[in-house]
Amino acid sequence: MGAAYFYRKEAEEMEKKENQNFSLAVWKKMLPFFRPYYRYFATTVSLNVILVLTDVGIPLFQSYAIDHFVVPGTLEGIDVFVVIYVLAVILQAASLFFSVRAAIHIEMNVGKDLKRAQFVHLQKLSFSYYNTTPVGYIHARVMSDTLKIATVLAWGLVDMFWAFAYVIGVFGIMFVLNWRLALIVLLVVPFLALLTAFFQKRMLLWNRKIRETNSEITGAFNEGITGVQTSKTLVMEEQNDRAFQEITGRMKKSSMTLAKLTAVYMPLILFFSSMVMAFVLARGGYFVQNQMIALGTLSVFLSYAVGIFEPIQQLARLLSDLISCQANIERVTGLLEQEPNITDSQEVREKYGDSMHPKKENWEPIKGDIEFRDVTFCYPDGKENVLEHFNLRIPAGTTVAIVGDTGAGKSTIVNLAGRFFEPTEGQILIDGRDYRERSQLWLHSQIGYVLQNPHLFSGTIRENIRYGRLEATDAEVEEAARQVSADQVIARLEKGYDTDVGEGGNRLSTGEKQLISFARAILAKPAIFVLDEATSSIDTWTEQLIQKATELLLKDHTSFMIAHRLSTVRNADIILVMKDGKIIEQGNHRELIRRKGQYYSLYSKQFEEERMLEVFR
Amino acid sequence: MKEHWKRNRECYGFMGDIIRMQKKKKGRFNLILRFSQNAKGYFAVVLAASFASTALNALLPRIFSFTIDRVLAPGGIPYLKEHLWLLSLLVIGIALANGIAVYLYRSNTAKAGETFAKNMRDMLFYHVQRLPMKWHSKNQTGDIIQRCTTDVETIRNFVVTQALEVFRTAFLLAVSLGMMFSMNVKLTLVALVFIPVVMAYSGIFYQLIARNFTNADEAEGELSTVVQENATGVRVVRAFGRERFEIDRFDEKNHIFARLWIKLGTLSGLYWGVGDLITGFQVIFIITMGAVEAVHGNITAGEFIAFASYNTTLVWPVRSLGRILSEMSKAGVSFDRVNYILDSAEEDMSDSGKAPEHTDIAFEHVTFGYEDGGNVLEDVSVHIREGATFGILGGTGSGKSTMVHLLDRLYELEEGTIRIGGIDIREISRGWLREHIGIVLQEPFLFSRTIRENIAAANPAASMEEIREAARTACVDDAVMGFADGYETMVGERGVTLSGGQRQRVAIARMLLAKTPVMIFDDSLSAVDAETDSKIRRALKEKMKDATVILISHRITTLMEADQILVLNHGRVEELGTHLELCRGGGIYQKIYEIQMNQDDRRLLTQ
Repeated sequence: MGAAYFYRKEAEEMEKKENQNFSLAVWKKMLPFFRPYYRYFATTVSLNVILVLTDVGIPLFQSYAIDHFVVPGTLEGIDVFVVIYVLAVILQAASLFFSVRAAIHIEMNVGKDLKRAQFVHLQKLSFSYYNTTPVGYIHARVMSDTLKIATVLAWGLVDMFWAFAYVIGVFGIMFVLNWRLALIVLLVVPFLALLTAFFQKRMLLWNRKIRETNSEITGAFNEGITGVQTSKTLVMEEQNDRAFQEITGRMKKSSMTLAKLTAVYMPLILFFSSMVMAFVLARGGYFVQNQMIALGTLSVFLSYAVGIFEPIQQLARLLSDLISCQANIERVTGLLEQEPNITDSQEVREKYGDSMHPKKENWEPIKGDIEFRDVTFCYPDGKENVLEHFNLRIPAGTTVAIVGDTGAGKSTIVNLAGRFFEPTEGQILIDGRDYRERSQLWLHSQIGYVLQNPHLFSGTIRENIRYGRLEATDAEVEEAARQVSADQVIARLEKGYDTDVGEGGNRLSTGEKQLISFARAILAKPAIFVLDEATSSIDTWTEQLIQKATELLLKDHTSFMIAHRLSTVRNADIILVMKDGKIIEQGNHRELIRRKGQYYSLYSKQFEEERMLEVFR
Repeated sequence: MKEHWKRNRECYGFMGDIIRMQKKKKGRFNLILRFSQNAKGYFAVVLAASFASTALNALLPRIFSFTIDRVLAPGGIPYLKEHLWLLSLLVIGIALANGIAVYLYRSNTAKAGETFAKNMRDMLFYHVQRLPMKWHSKNQTGDIIQRCTTDVETIRNFVVTQALEVFRTAFLLAVSLGMMFSMNVKLTLVALVFIPVVMAYSGIFYQLIARNFTNADEAEGELSTVVQENATGVRVVRAFGRERFEIDRFDEKNHIFARLWIKLGTLSGLYWGVGDLITGFQVIFIITMGAVEAVHGNITAGEFIAFASYNTTLVWPVRSLGRILSEMSKAGVSFDRVNYILDSAEEDMSDSGKAPEHTDIAFEHVTFGYEDGGNVLEDVSVHIREGATFGILGGTGSGKSTMVHLLDRLYELEEGTIRIGGIDIREISRGWLREHIGIVLQEPFLFSRTIRENIAAANPAASMEEIREAARTACVDDAVMGFADGYETMVGERGVTLSGGQRQRVAIARMLLAKTPVMIFDDSLSAVDAETDSKIRRALKEKMKDATVILISHRITTLMEADQILVLNHGRVEELGTHLELCRGGGIYQKIYEIQMNQDDRRLLTQ
């Protein structure tokens, strides 16, 4: 199940969501995040009331000027007029500024809380979730969905309020000024709404088509570039050009269809607005002639007739924004409602604490005896049992090597022993007690993990080693590095322990990262070690350091090795051979070689490859 | 709030790019001309329509002022007074004409923009296909794709929305100012005084926001990194029980992020608020002074109204000028990024007319190194006779694949000579070479098309029977027929995932169908089991008796039947001879032969 599959699924989901109706239940779920900031919301709404009043009222100044100064030809009272006018404009600008300020507070705070809620929840979710969810997906939930939701909650609702209030306000004034003329303007609103709805639906449809074609184009570029050598050797350039031009041709067509929809929609809207103006001019002109309304009133009607169109369109746009935002909310709440597969029981939590508040004083020391007792296991997303009634005793200090091809399920035993997954049936005992009787954190803090492509966090080498034990002193950090010979590598770096490792540790080589993760692991003084040997090529010198560190770790600790190197496998106490997710052979090196089964052939192949490398060295 | 926020969001985006911007203007104009192929007519219509629409729009206030001054006012034209609907009709008529102009403007903008975008995409794809491998290995795939998609989109957006909008704005300003000047010069000058104020204010604020944007953007990046690393390193977090620590770290970054964005948002709120204030004052000025002018009889009531409405069309474009300018520089950056690709030289595919008459291949003192690092091949000289099977054995990085790259002119030879049929390959066109040399790579690339299309890639005219025949020779026909859709099965993301061995065999079938006289298997049977390997080789031998075959492999069994075997070690010819000769040579070949063949020896060693 690759990431591509996931994104496709997501796209399908999105499509489904775009077509759905407004659902209050979905929005209700956001209420707890919104509630703490209702004061800001109240502020921005009340400021918007003022804003609407000034927005609606300011055109009236012009009509006042016409009726009281221009037409009668006198400047009497213009000083008061200017003062009030200036005050109104200041009021408008100030209420705009303060409501923007309130809204940005809502947006950023709601976003912040949503991000935090998800992040905290992610710390509790089980590995099965991480195994089936690409990091990009998780990242998008925390970073982009929250942004969209917060924006809609903070601005969408307020903007809708503004647009709605503005329309109401304008009509209110128009009806007060002259209800007959107002009626003419009102008549056009239903047409406008229908028209907008009609076009909006079609535009959304074409927009989606364009998005799809767009990702096809990206895919074609990707293929054209990654496959360039193949295309060259097979002389396929022209063929590829034609296939590509077919896609861009479709893109052009879809984009033009969309553009034509807008090209029709916009003039139609303009035409409607001109119609209104024409009617207002004809009827209003008649009224002016007969002294039924003042000239200023006519002019203000003309400007309202134009001004009302944008807010009505905006309402339609915001409504569709609101509905498409439901998809974001559902994805976020989907993550928040995801139940962790592995939880500590109530009693365990009371005694040992949880991951936020561990009660370390109640933690028993660990020896490192591990026993699989009649364990049956099936991955949560799997169809069949990968372990059935499996029994294995691992006395403290034993080394277990796990071998097999890529994808043979070598991490299953490690995942179970480390309680990243729990047995479907049966028990796993640590020091003679079912590990479910103690907290996850208790066990996890006893496991040292060294992965084949170790993950480091952005920051210095020192910070990364200290990750193993936060309260360790600098001297302890350096001592840990010395123990695993990481100090030799670190000494070669310009800034030594203060070298910035870059995002994910990508400024260091794999070998360097491994040694640092060895130091990190040993600093934690764990009883159990999990080692995943690197397959990628590491230079000879670093390789030797790693070998030495590995030997050190394996001594005196219960350890699990996901092994690729023969030398390490050969010395293991127990070797488990995995194939297609299952353990097919078990024993020590001598026994398994004698059996001439899978281990024998794996071993021979590996041996041959290692020998060949030596010949060419 | 009039969607102020949306506009702000947009301007942040521009800011980010202005900051990262480096200016290089050369070549932009030529590029625009090249992309405008077949679109120039549309551009002309767009300009005409946009001028017509602006002019028509500008008529409306004039009609209103005419109505007020000459019709409604005492002593107005009696006929029109009776027939006010005539004026309405005029307004509607203008609206219709304007509607048509707007339609033409928009639809032709789209035609122009989309043609422009299609030209751009097609040219890029065409060019990328033809850039030399040296260029491709130097540049990151992700970065090239970014340039070909995101940057193209930025340019397209600019062309469709901004570039043409600039003209419209210019027309609008010209027409409005013209109308205003014709009514009252003094008032117009007053209105104009505000323009530099608004522009200076916009400029200053944009810079202020830009600075804050940089900080906020960085904070977002840091927060994003924490989330990313936490999810990627979840095993480490759990293994060390560091959930609490992670949350604390996240909280810190999240807090900074929110704080900086609130600051930025407040600042832009201030920008819009003060902007509204300035334009509001300008309007107050015009209305008050207009009223004074009207009272003094310098303008009529109708003109006063018309003037006020022209004035509003003046204010907005000036305020959006800053945005247009910044978007222009953003598009400029994208232009340069696209230009970087188009500026790189394509492979020379020209045909000198020289074509070898036979396919004897000779490497003569070939020495070669890629750009980064030392020599991969050193003084390699071998001769491969037409129709022979030639084996190459070598360790990782011994230069085996490089020999193939040079032979196919994927990389250009530097020292020494390679001849085919006695002709230096530098004089043979790349097209000829590639049509006559077939290569199967160790990790072959299959296109996300059907299996049939993949096999027929080099020979699209091939019949189904020929395709199946090639697949049978490559021992993949059974596997393909086992899929529900058979040869119509899609490969890759949208279809089935083939195993490494299946991919290799499909690629072999693809090469066989091309029927090239020279066939190279670059470690391309590595994922196939030994039995199938020999089956394929037997079938090949039968079918392709006349072909020159070059086999590159780790497996002695694959190589042993070759007429001649080259052992390559660190780019040098270590041994050269037949299997029998090399077996007794006491060199690398013999050692490897012993490792691979001697089961007893192996068991002894492992005990």
